[in-house]
Amino acid sequence: MEFGFKKEHYLLRQMLQDFTEKEVAPLAAEIDELERFPIETVEKMKNVGILGIPFPKEYGGEGGDYLGYILAVEEISKACATTGVVLSGHTSLCCQPIYEFGTEEQKQKYLVPLAKGEKLGAFALTEPNAGTDASKQETIAIEDGDDYILNGSKIFITNAGYADVYIVMAMTDKSQGTRGITAFIVEGDTPGFSVGPKEKKMGIRGSSTCELIFEDVRVPKANILGKIGYGFKIAMKTLDGGRIGIAAQACGIAEGALNETVKYVKERKQFGRPLAAFQNTQFELATMATKVDAARMLLYRAAYKKDNKEPFSSEAAMAKLYASEVAMEVTNKAVQLHGGYGYSREYPVERMMRDAKITEIYEGTSEVQKMVISATLLK
Amino acid sequence: MKIVVCVKQVPDTSEVRIDQKTGTMIREGVKSIINPDDLSGLEAALSIKDQNHAEVIALSMGPMQADSAMRECLAMGVDRAILVSDRVFAGADTWATSLLLSKAIAQINPDLIICGRQAIDGDTAQVGPQIAEHLSLPSVAYVGDITLENENNLVVKRTFENGYQLIRVKTPCLLTVLSEMNSPRYMRVGGIFSAFNDGLVEVWDNSNLNLQPEELGLKGSPTKVKKSYTKGVKTAGKVFDVEPKEAAKVIIEKLKESYIL
Ligand SMILES: Cc1cc2nc3c(=O)[nH]c(=O)nc-3n(C[C@H](O)[C@H](O)[C@H](O)COP(=O)(O)OP(=O)(O)OC[C@H]3O[C@@H](n4cnc5c(N)ncnc54)[C@H](O)[C@@H]3O)c2cc1C
Repeated sequence: MEFGFKKEHYLLRQMLQDFTEKEVAPLAAEIDELERFPIETVEKMKNVGILGIPFPKEYGGEGGDYLGYILAVEEISKACATTGVVLSGHTSLCCQPIYEFGTEEQKQKYLVPLAKGEKLGAFALTEPNAGTDASKQETIAIEDGDDYILNGSKIFITNAGYADVYIVMAMTDKSQGTRGITAFIVEGDTPGFSVGPKEKKMGIRGSSTCELIFEDVRVPKANILGKIGYGFKIAMKTLDGGRIGIAAQACGIAEGALNETVKYVKERKQFGRPLAAFQNTQFELATMATKVDAARMLLYRAAYKKDNKEPFSSEAAMAKLYASEVAMEVTNKAVQLHGGYGYSREYPVERMMRDAKITEIYEGTSEVQKMVISATLLK
Repeated sequence: MKIVVCVKQVPDTSEVRIDQKTGTMIREGVKSIINPDDLSGLEAALSIKDQNHAEVIALSMGPMQADSAMRECLAMGVDRAILVSDRVFAGADTWATSLLLSKAIAQINPDLIICGRQAIDGDTAQVGPQIAEHLSLPSVAYVGDITLENENNLVVKRTFENGYQLIRVKTPCLLTVLSEMNSPRYMRVGGIFSAFNDGLVEVWDNSNLNLQPEELGLKGSPTKVKKSYTKGVKTAGKVFDVEPKEAAKVIIEKLKESYIL
């Protein structure tokens, strides 16, 4: 039995494995090589309900839970971490804050099409001068009648250009510090809003990561998410949940690499025996599998706590911190056990090792996770 | 239009293990799946429903464990899932099974019954046509395509190894379909959650069907399994890519080699 699983989670996992094998895995190498956004996979995810898993049916969702969503990111990332982050950026960073903090009108107008997968979502907090220290927002929003006018820029925004709806943090009152930051729902076709060129990345190369530019972008007050001055709080809460998604992506990458390695060492022969016959191989695999399983337990626990409305911030940070380190370590070992073939793009572990690194960086670097965990201990 | 799809939960293995003593299958430790031909039957019925006004009912006879297969049917989009399950049904052969299913179907009174061609654990291909016989309905086996001509007529493609027939058949009727005919849809995520949270698998036992003791289980099963065994693995065959004349020579040579000639 897996932690917190009900019967539906096992059946969901079975369906996701089937979907991943047929629809996601065949594209993984190509979208990485060509740095191509997997637009057709987004359409397929929409058709089976993967883009709205944890949201109630009345808001266009599938009536599932966070654990179900986590399973989707995990299973899909086993084959393709790019597709995993498209899903997690959309679900936990855009749909989720609208679901948690949005007004009924905002939910009807934005969450319904997002959860149905008719629209794709993104989340924009990071700026050139506001990375780990996200409080130093330089994007400004100035009140003007029934609107706010946004000016500034964001950097490294996942799903940029492909998203229809963006959650954007901007400073509405600098004198208030973090309490002067407000979250806005911005539509992708608003005049004055534009998307910069695609970032050239080490991994998750099929995903779109771009700068966002705001030049006198007029956003109606009706699109303020939560209240004026609540943006930083909303961003931090959103990232708490988002981290579970990244932990799931990391677990998926690690499991994918482990599975590839188990297959490979049984086939590859040296010194007249398969690599699997060497005790070093066996011990490495044992360590890898143990760490992957430990990471998955932390992951499912964090999702379980979130689903059961228990505090989960520290558990989410632990899951992300540990799972991303395990993803790095396991993919590194996977390449080592493949030898030269592992370093070649002929085998997927090369891509998986490049993909793993980002999980230690975005939605709070590993250092930030340690800050969150220790803050809970020392409070 | 009311469509019943007969569904069987089978062990997911190409190498069925047999209990040498009892001659029955060992199910423990083997993952269960919906029989592949039946999955295509479900897809065929659901795609009729996509285009027309139709009610799709999945029907299965099996142990209570088959509940999970019925939930899968619900998650794929069937309107009702009926599991016919009773201890007294155990040990049924194809005759007893088809009799029982036909009684259940008679109560549902559908316009169309779709069965998979055969189940991968038994490979008899008998149950579908037998149901049609019990119900005195027309049936077409080995169907690779179904077109709804109108409320009362279907045109179906009966496939053979090297050709096919297009057959017009009046409803109500029974078809057995091949897994090659389509690729079954994925369960929908929301369908999976609602299959467990508010989905209902109706369980019918013999009190619903009123079969007599002599029609049930081992007693009602004329087939007696004498011996079951797993086929030994044959060595790979050898291909001679030669002209017919040359081929005749090769065959004669080989037959002589084996002292058959
Ligand atoms: C592919 C990709 C996708 C992304 N997607 C999004 C997105 O969709 N939306 C979004 O808003 N952002 C996104 N980001 C941004 C990402 O969240 C940031 O890059 C991350 O938070 C780190 O910020 P930074 O890059 O400015 O690094 P910096 O903050 O400059 O950090 C550099 C290093 O210093 C360390 N450091 C910084 N401060 C401290 C401290 N006080 N104590 C100890 N160590 C410290 C960091 O841990 C790190 O190791 C994405 C980034 C990438 C690369």
